Amino acid sequence: MRTGHEIREAIARKQTSALEVVEQALESAGRLETELHAYIRLLPERARIKAREIDAAVTRGDKLGPLAGVPIAVKDIFTVAGEIATAGSKILENFRSPYSATVVEKLERAGAVIIGKTNMDEFAMGSSCENSAFFPTRNPWDVTRVPGGSSGGSAATVGAGTVPIGLGTDTGGSIREPASFCNIVGVKPTYGRVSRFGMIAFASSLDQAGPMTADVRDAAQTLEVIAGFDEFDSTSVDVPVSDYTAALRDDLSGVRVGIVAEFEAEIGASDPALAALYKAAYADLERLGATLVEVHLPHARYGLATYYLIAPAECSSNLARYDGARYGRRVQNGGDVFEMFERTRAAGFGDEVKRRIILGTYALSAGYYDAYYVRAQKIRTLIKRDFDTSFAACDVIACPAVSCAPFELGQKMQDPVSMYLMDYFTIPMSLAGIPALSVPAGYVTGLPVGLQIVAPAFEEARMLGIAHAYEAATGHARRREPPLAGAAR
Amino acid sequence: MRGQYMRMAEVPIDIDHVAKLARIELTEEEAARFSSQFSRLFEFIDELAQLDVSAIPATAQVIPRINVLRADEVRPSIGTDAALENAPDREGPYFKTPRILE
Repeated sequence: MRTGHEIREAIARKQTSALEVVEQALESAGRLETELHAYIRLLPERARIKAREIDAAVTRGDKLGPLAGVPIAVKDIFTVAGEIATAGSKILENFRSPYSATVVEKLERAGAVIIGKTNMDEFAMGSSCENSAFFPTRNPWDVTRVPGGSSGGSAATVGAGTVPIGLGTDTGGSIREPASFCNIVGVKPTYGRVSRFGMIAFASSLDQAGPMTADVRDAAQTLEVIAGFDEFDSTSVDVPVSDYTAALRDDLSGVRVGIVAEFEAEIGASDPALAALYKAAYADLERLGATLVEVHLPHARYGLATYYLIAPAECSSNLARYDGARYGRRVQNGGDVFEMFERTRAAGFGDEVKRRIILGTYALSAGYYDAYYVRAQKIRTLIKRDFDTSFAACDVIACPAVSCAPFELGQKMQDPVSMYLMDYFTIPMSLAGIPALSVPAGYVTGLPVGLQIVAPAFEEARMLGIAHAYEAATGHARRREPPLAGAAR
Repeated sequence: MRGQYMRMAEVPIDIDHVAKLARIELTEEEAARFSSQFSRLFEFIDELAQLDVSAIPATAQVIPRINVLRADEVRPSIGTDAALENAPDREGPYFKTPRILE
């Protein structure tokens, strides 16, 4: 018993109880925590109360929600009413939210049981989870290595098998890269597909919440629950939510899969072993009936530079709210109000957050706005157009999710640019606002790697269906267990 | 257009001034370290100079929604006490900060 759909089925058939499942998950989380450090906070009491409600519903014979009794882990960037939400930052260390994020409400209404809030890079800025203000999370496949980031805690706990479903956020790759590193499925939906209400903002034109799960079916089910218009998020889009689980398929006949020539050249030059693994994945897609077609994303190589103007600009604006006046940490030391702002932010933010706020402030400041920020927005247009052109020739794109296997803690911390390069293959999709996922694709020197599947806007059903066929045929994640495995399975 | 691009790496950044704009007090060590890290990043960002974007419209956001409005009507909200629960300092129903205007 390890996927969410298996757990729900067993609870509905009364083979186990929601409380028993939650106790197992809490035990597993607690036991692994000394090595994995996936959680900023476990919520055992809340979880037991919710589990008992599910069990009462089962006893009464009520209609059960699609995630009834499934234990889940939620990135600490989402608010849960009455609970602390830190976003991985000292500045919110004691911030107790008066309301729940829309996605949290939807998950609980569907019967999911939140067992804890997971670790993350501070304000979701990072690709290794090492920028957490509290502690770094480890990779269940090798505890000397990072789980990826920024949604590293959710990836690690799902990867270890403690819970089948985690909730993450993705701004430039923060769901897909850790999913790849921890051998799970991670979905970044179309921008606007999922409400951002109650999700602490980093870069508002890019941030999107999504599922990080044991398998594609759990991802489809979870997305079906959290997707949809929300009147509290004016950027959520009123497009009907498809039946994603009904779209899951087992063959790929008639599917045109685009292979990006520029990406293949890049990875072939930088990591031949990884390039060979991806070639084998494309061959698997072909064997399932897909036709491979070459496509071009000539401006994708400018994605990183574009992103590192746009995202810091938006973050410098979003994070202006942390000033010590209304909530969060305040450092005053007798100064005037401006000294209070400066000292509060100096003490409350870590290095990476300070760097990005200053970079964004610079890019937006007088004299530089048109030269840098507006230029980046224009190149964003070119990157988006490349995808539009490519999708005229293919149904989905298959490409690398990462440019390397999970790396060792500390390896990239002194050199921000080397860390930023981790998102080379995921940032272009974020800039274009289109959906993309990572699905386990095999192992390089024993460490897991994910295949990225990318679809046009709002075509999550197509994307998940194709990922399901690939997962069913290859079963990479089913073949091996991580050294740090969560539960007796 | 290409000639007009101001190379980021060639323009010295006055980091103390920018930190002031961002309302973050930096130590000397931080200012020096960030400056050197920025110079590497700026060289990287300057790749954007290779493109002629004079005829390209800017993309600020990717969805076709603008000015989403709702009816101007009173609705239930979390209330003053819940809103002030996380306040570092308060006085009655107000947030309290050091004096802003003399």
